[in-house]
Amino acid sequence: MPFMPVKFNLQKRVKLAQGLWMLYWFSVIAGILIFSLGIFFKIELRKRSEMMDDNESHLVPNLLILAGMLACGFNAFGGKVCHDSLDPMKFSKWKPMLKTYLQLCCGFNILLVLVSLLCFLMQFSVYLTLAEGLSYAIRFYKDTDTPGRCFMKRTLDMTQIEFRCCGNNNFRDWFEVQWISNRYLDMSNDVVKDRVLSNVEGKYLMDSVPFSCCNPGSPRPCIQHHLTNNSAHYDYDHRTEELNIWTRGCREALFSYYSSLMSSIGVLVLFTIVLESVDMAGLKYLSTALETMSEPENPECESEGWLLEKGVKETFSDLLTKLKTLGRTNQVEGGDAPETPAAFASI
Amino acid sequence: MVVMKMKFPFQKRVKLAQGLWLLSWCATVAGATTFTLGCILKTELRRRAEVMDNQDIHIVPNTLMIVGLASLGINYFASKICQDALDAGRFPRWKNFLKPYFAISCFFTVLMLLAVIMSYALKGSLESSLKVGLRNGIRFYKDTDTPGRCFQKQNIDRLQMEFQCCGNNDFRDWFEVQWISNRYLDFSSKEVKDRIKSNVDGRYLLDGVPFSCCTPSSPRPCIQYQLTNNSAHYNYDYQTEELNIYLRGCREALVNYYMGLMNTIGAGVLSIFLLQGSVLVSLRLLQTAMEAVAGKENTEIETEGYLLEKGVKDTIMEYLDPVLKFLLLKNQVEEGTAAATSTTAKPRSGK
Repeated sequence: MPFMPVKFNLQKRVKLAQGLWMLYWFSVIAGILIFSLGIFFKIELRKRSEMMDDNESHLVPNLLILAGMLACGFNAFGGKVCHDSLDPMKFSKWKPMLKTYLQLCCGFNILLVLVSLLCFLMQFSVYLTLAEGLSYAIRFYKDTDTPGRCFMKRTLDMTQIEFRCCGNNNFRDWFEVQWISNRYLDMSNDVVKDRVLSNVEGKYLMDSVPFSCCNPGSPRPCIQHHLTNNSAHYDYDHRTEELNIWTRGCREALFSYYSSLMSSIGVLVLFTIVLESVDMAGLKYLSTALETMSEPENPECESEGWLLEKGVKETFSDLLTKLKTLGRTNQVEGGDAPETPAAFASI
Repeated sequence: MVVMKMKFPFQKRVKLAQGLWLLSWCATVAGATTFTLGCILKTELRRRAEVMDNQDIHIVPNTLMIVGLASLGINYFASKICQDALDAGRFPRWKNFLKPYFAISCFFTVLMLLAVIMSYALKGSLESSLKVGLRNGIRFYKDTDTPGRCFQKQNIDRLQMEFQCCGNNDFRDWFEVQWISNRYLDFSSKEVKDRIKSNVDGRYLLDGVPFSCCTPSSPRPCIQYQLTNNSAHYNYDYQTEELNIYLRGCREALVNYYMGLMNTIGAGVLSIFLLQGSVLVSLRLLQTAMEAVAGKENTEIETEGYLLEKGVKDTIMEYLDPVLKFLLLKNQVEEGTAAATSTTAKPRSGK
């Protein structure tokens, strides 16, 4: 008893072939979109790899690029098959490949499910990488003369300006590191000497932030230094001042950007999975409809198309028996194996 | 004296009509592109409208948008005409339409070229408009509590950060205005009182710049205040220091940006102008070739096509004659009445 059979006459077959051809080309466009989003995501990760200590995982964009290319290839092939399907001469060329093609499409769909799951789950990994990378970035902000870290200052300043954020969790992260290089500190000055001696590690710590934390929307010129000292500035209360510097931390800002990007890509991949499944179903109907034509010479005869030849349960049990026979070839060797341990045991 | 006479056998006429049909559809797309380019330029100019004193430069994108819309119509009719051209029965109905059509099309095509020329000619006007606008922006930077100027500070800060520039001509423009509002100055402090007394207008001037002038690429943390005082900072010489703040002025930065944008758009518009011109020339040749066929029994004869029947000067006079006659006619009536009344009154000069 076939699963979900549908009767087809010539008109219906022609309509199915045409509709399916258009749907395959639409899927090719979806594949191109996934490919370009994969490249875009990869570029965005590389642009800010310094903020993540070059530790970020490129698994998701690489998979997206691969999935996009495979989608283009599979769907273009499917479109070609549909285009040739109504001409019996051309279709007979493609007939033997259809079974393998549908199995490959099934595998590809499973890959897409995996990719969409990763899009949502890898966001945790991005969050942890950002937290670690930003703390290193803040620590190495002053090392503009150390090879390999020369541009850390510029990258961090531009990130804080672009994403409107300050520090890792918030601006107080800047109070805990020395972000002014010793080259620009006058070590003979008493103030400097006091600050350096005031902590165990001999770091020049202060309650100031770099200029990139400043908010242009503040009504007063930016207050960067002596942030917690109300008397250092006229008419200033650090507890109520909100507009002076950015209060959001860069980890939260960058994470919300990447998570929204990854979530939208995940949704697009889910949509592509649905599209691919519809394509597969349509192709199965079309191929079975063409195979079951009662009079192969007369194109106007009736035929029947279905999704599965037997019912769902029977197909699954067939699949399981096939898997077991695969396993049984191993068991022939396993038949010999139990004899030898017995031989050993008897010794 | 006929301009550009060419022989057209039947096959050539057919090929010309088919090629023209394709060309006119390309030109329609090109017209839509011109309109889009005009919209893009206008949007970019409007984004920075707060630092521009006058809107004279907007004539360039406005012209591009008008020309784009007009060329959509021109090319639509061109494709319709060449579709009917090979059908001897349908072609004559376009006869009266073609003369004004060519006049209007030539006008709009020349307007396209004018728009590109204007974009170069108005560079000086753009620069002076930016000069005044930026000067006002810097002067009103501190007025974040005055209605109408609340966002001047934010706009100037964002502008300086985005275009990597400082001040109008350069950073010294900030030394000449008071950019810290009186609300944030402690008037009981001696330092503030000294500074205010040191100049005639009683302004708080200092050799400092806002934070938005700072360069992220500088190896040391940004020095904003006491820029000309070497001893205020350790290991600092303001005459050799190049990377601390942006040295370029915002006027120069903005003019370069807009001229670059208009150069790119101008190159595109020039190629569209050539395309449109070739559409009009081909249509004229097709029209004159088909007119010679009209009324003949055998439509497959060889005919001649030309651009202009008389020379260029004569054709221009021919088109301007109706316009001039309309104006001259009025003059002739007035001269007639003037001559009649001149016997009784002193002679009046003709208007």
